[in-house]
Amino acid sequence: MSNENAPLLEMRNIKKDFFGNVVLSDINLTLQKGEVLGLCGENGAGKSTLMKILFGMDVIRETGGYEGDILINGEKVSFETPFDALKAGIGMVHQEFSLIPGFTATENILLNREPKKKNVISEIFGERLDTLDYNEMTGRAEAAIEKMGFSIDKDMVISNMPVGHKQFTEIARELSKEQLKLLILDEPTAVLTEREAEALLESIRSMSAKGIAVIFITHRLHEILSVCDKVVVMRDGFVVSDVPAAKTTVSEISKWMVGRSVSSGTSRDIRDMSDGRTAMSIRKLWVDMPGETVRNVDLDVKEGEILGIGGLAGQGKLGIPNGIMGLYEAGGTVEFEGKNIPLNSPRKCLDASIAFVSEDRRGVGLLLDESLEWNVAFPAMQVQNKYLKKYLGGLISWRDEKAIREVTEKYIDELAIKCTGSKQKAKELSGGNQQKVCLAKAFALEPKFLFVSEPTRGIDVGAKALVLEALKRFNRESGVTVVMISSELEELRQICDRIAIVSGGKIAGILPADRPSEDFGMLMVSMVK
Amino acid sequence: MNETLDKSNLNFRERVSEFVAGFGLPRLIIAAFLLLLFIAAPFVGADFWTQISNTINRFSWNAVMVLAMVPMIHSGCGLNFGLPLGIISGLLGATLSIELGFTGPMSFVMAIVIATPFAVILGAGYGWLLNKIKGGEMMIATYVGFSSVSFMCMMWLLLPYKSPTMVWGLAGKGLRTTISLEGFYDKVLAKILQIHIGNLSIPTGTLLFFALLAFGMWAFLHSKTGTAMTAVGSNPTFARAAGVNVDKMRLLSVILSTWLAAIGILVYEQGFGFVQLYMAPFYMALPAVSAILIGGATVNKATIPNVIIGTFLFQGIVTMTPTVMNSMIHMDMSEVIRVVVSQGMILYALTRKTEATK
Amino acid sequence: MKNNGNGKKVLNFLGNNSVPILFILICIVCIPVSGFSPSYLINEIVTRMGRNIFLILCLLIPIMAGMGLNFGMTLGAMAAELALILVSDWQIWGIPGVVLAMILSIPFSILLGALCGKILNMAKGREMITSYIISFFMNGVYQLIVLYMMGPIIPIKHTTVKLPRGYGIRNSVDLFHMRQCLDNLMAVRIGGVKVPVLTFLLIGLLCLFIIWFRKTKLGQDMRAVGQDMDVARDAGINVERTRIISIVMSTVLAGFGMVIYLQNMGNIATYSSHSQIGMFCIAALLVGGASVDKASIGNVFLGVILFHTMFIVAPKAGAIITGDSMIGEYFRVFVSYAVITIALIMYETKKRKARSRAGQQLQLAQQEEEAAANE
Repeated sequence: MSNENAPLLEMRNIKKDFFGNVVLSDINLTLQKGEVLGLCGENGAGKSTLMKILFGMDVIRETGGYEGDILINGEKVSFETPFDALKAGIGMVHQEFSLIPGFTATENILLNREPKKKNVISEIFGERLDTLDYNEMTGRAEAAIEKMGFSIDKDMVISNMPVGHKQFTEIARELSKEQLKLLILDEPTAVLTEREAEALLESIRSMSAKGIAVIFITHRLHEILSVCDKVVVMRDGFVVSDVPAAKTTVSEISKWMVGRSVSSGTSRDIRDMSDGRTAMSIRKLWVDMPGETVRNVDLDVKEGEILGIGGLAGQGKLGIPNGIMGLYEAGGTVEFEGKNIPLNSPRKCLDASIAFVSEDRRGVGLLLDESLEWNVAFPAMQVQNKYLKKYLGGLISWRDEKAIREVTEKYIDELAIKCTGSKQKAKELSGGNQQKVCLAKAFALEPKFLFVSEPTRGIDVGAKALVLEALKRFNRESGVTVVMISSELEELRQICDRIAIVSGGKIAGILPADRPSEDFGMLMVSMVK
Repeated sequence: MNETLDKSNLNFRERVSEFVAGFGLPRLIIAAFLLLLFIAAPFVGADFWTQISNTINRFSWNAVMVLAMVPMIHSGCGLNFGLPLGIISGLLGATLSIELGFTGPMSFVMAIVIATPFAVILGAGYGWLLNKIKGGEMMIATYVGFSSVSFMCMMWLLLPYKSPTMVWGLAGKGLRTTISLEGFYDKVLAKILQIHIGNLSIPTGTLLFFALLAFGMWAFLHSKTGTAMTAVGSNPTFARAAGVNVDKMRLLSVILSTWLAAIGILVYEQGFGFVQLYMAPFYMALPAVSAILIGGATVNKATIPNVIIGTFLFQGIVTMTPTVMNSMIHMDMSEVIRVVVSQGMILYALTRKTEATK
Repeated sequence: MKNNGNGKKVLNFLGNNSVPILFILICIVCIPVSGFSPSYLINEIVTRMGRNIFLILCLLIPIMAGMGLNFGMTLGAMAAELALILVSDWQIWGIPGVVLAMILSIPFSILLGALCGKILNMAKGREMITSYIISFFMNGVYQLIVLYMMGPIIPIKHTTVKLPRGYGIRNSVDLFHMRQCLDNLMAVRIGGVKVPVLTFLLIGLLCLFIIWFRKTKLGQDMRAVGQDMDVARDAGINVERTRIISIVMSTVLAGFGMVIYLQNMGNIATYSSHSQIGMFCIAALLVGGASVDKASIGNVFLGVILFHTMFIVAPKAGAIITGDSMIGEYFRVFVSYAVITIALIMYETKKRKARSRAGQQLQLAQQEEEAAANE
């Protein structure tokens, strides 16, 4: 049946929405045997969703499936599980390692596909009691490593391996599958040293020469240009360009990645505050936040401004507020209004009137099992002794339920939080309304300085506008300095005065918000690690 | 007409299923079982009011120990299987109070006074340990309890107690396994304002004492610190981000729980009339744990009504099954029923997915 | 530099083996004090090895599957007791009785083990406390069966087994005609020490089985599941089923072990034989240097020898030192619990340390880079 002339992979008119929120529209892609395709785009552009569809991940089916067709060798396929995709010859190396730490490279390469030998007992009790054929295992692992073209110690236990070798072990595992025709590599070089990354590119070339097609997702654009046959750039769920790698440049790709076809309204009232007082000055900050490591950051925030911090995911922009607020281990110096703020102590920051709205709403931002009243009033109660009644000369401080209800209702009105009342549990609210509760919590502290991390992540368009509006109003009316961290550049450009771009854990540059988006795009990929 | 009937029927059914979901099926079965026992009691010749009195009496002995579960559940340390540690503090208080020659109600007061520093010190050490091993609290709590009980077994023999009412008559040293409290604080609380109507007797003083402690706990949970403790249990990261010292709150909750357990065993002893030493505290945590679970608490949420309902249901079954079941089927199955009900309840709580956060 | 490295190695070795070393010290102190003759001691230890090792070996499989110390091995012990009660009521004695009891315990063990495994799958991450509570719960069910259902529902004829009231089983069931029949068959005396060769052969067979089992597909799957359930599931291993199988295997082996244990003891304490067995086996394994996530056959043998030496000499030594015979009794109970407590604490702190160490490494790398950047 299979058509010899048909491309190895063809994706036609792929569409996908998560409960009405469209994340992919009309994606068309073709890939020939042995071809290397570089896929790039900002986070949230739809790359990972597209790969999840191709790989038949459960999450796609659970959220209502997708529209459009996937064809392999001209035949329409529909993968129910990743195992179906594996059978069809698609392999994927995920960003997170999927390795058993106490097993050797060989055992991991052949995990659950070990060659077996029959024995007397297994004849009776079934094939799970077959013994493993260690010689055969060694042989196959060696063959896979050979195919990869980068040598790793097949007998080394994973937990003793340098991180790069773990990545190669994963690749070798995919290569050990004989039916492999297409390999998806999701940011494989992120954890590699320069030399290892070079070796990986070399092994991609050799795979391609052996007829294996590769989809290579990375933020390091020069790697794409050096190894790929063609480049596909995605943005906002669309494929914005699909060109041969030879005919494009790094700057062109980064422009495609961030550029908007419709120039949406940037902030109309950008203020230049470079002469103003410095509210916070950050020196040599490092933060150990897994996946968002910050290295040696110097940054000055002016009083009364809205500073945006942008950058690609994993580059460290989230680490900055989380480190300063003491949620992850950090070092360096932070001065606020001339006074040194000790790091690694959330209480000290709160005492200095700095508040933080975390990007991790459910994990850090909310008491999901408690009422809105508790959520809004709790930090202010604990830090500033608000909403308390004192008895016995201050010896006993009791919750003032009335004051708590009043302040909660005030913010429910002000931020238009949709709920059944101030006693409703936080977990019963929608994402957007939960986000507003998080803001209310920070507003109730009446801070002088506010960090807001990813305030619009996972909420719908209407709620987005409301949240941004509320932040801007809070800044203008109360004169609060706001630092907003977001992966959506357009959003930052809407309300910020200046935008700092973080790349490779460092500040790559700070520009006024009205500069063209290509400038920001160049900064984003400038120091990518 | 028919239509409205159907509708009300549907509503009723919905309401029932909602009620069952809210109240929890196991709890409902246990409550129904207890009700059945009460109804059956007069038919098998057991006096109803005596049964009620027994149940209330046993409730009054045990309620404080069940109350001791509340702080640790609130702070997210899970079920306090390490209750024996607090019980040991209580026992030290009791024996030292007698050793120092206090008698009558004064011996009870002194027992509490002496037990308190022990409870605070042991609780602090225990809490410090639990902070080191967040996530594995329950198993380690169990074994901390066991180790401390077996350690104290040696101590009861070795400590230089002299009081002739407590030590073995022949050897003149080493404490007895059971010490009678007659002349000390036997029924000191129960006798206060005790009500006798026919066969019904209510130990008002003990109930009031429990009410006082329960009110104290309720008030504490409404204070600033209590609020912080609940938040720590609900979401420790949230609490940390809001400037709360999570470890300190957990430590405080463990100390509180240990202290309440110490008071709990003293209240139990004044009702029971004896101090039980050596291996007696060994399995005392399990009835208290299952009582609060039967009352509707989960591994990370508990309220004062949970304590009251749970203790009543659990003690009701413990007191009613021997008499009623015995006369009904002429078999003493109470022990088996108690074990199956209480352990089954703990298993149910441990395996519920929604609470698998700890 | 090299010396320093060696010193560190020694310290590491001491740290990793602190529990066995502590026990060796206890034994060194207590043996001379107790005044037992060496031949008596060796005889006792050999007897206890034969009695206990099989039971302790059954703990290895759930540890391999990452389910921690199987406090639910008590279930296997209950299954064995049920089988033995029935066999002794049928008056089948000697080797045939032992073999029949083992065979009969298998269906009980499989049933209880599968149930236990199912429940543990619902309580992932807190397997140990759950299996511990299951053993209590099942103890209640066991009592229900033995105390009330044996007689009216399950026919029991012999008055030596049955309670005088007409139903239920006596507190103690005598296995006189079965007593040590395994141990005595092919027994060899070496310098006054009786060695139960057949029992040791069975133990050896089980050891071989465990070694072989590690090399099977199922064993490999269990190791994978034990180390990372998510990765194993992604690779297509049926995690839940593998975990249940590991518990069922452990329970069945515990059943065999309990039959061996009871034929050596010569009687069943119907309501208490099983209740402490789990605790003592786990304590012995941990004394041998095992941890919650890692245990070997060597740990089992070392553990049995050390733990039971302590068990034999502690009461006598305690009595001589303090003048009170009960002190030693309590001491050995305390030690058993303390060992388990310490092992659990070490396991949990190690888990946390592993996490924070990853953080420290990252931090160090950054500082180095920062230093380099500053230069």
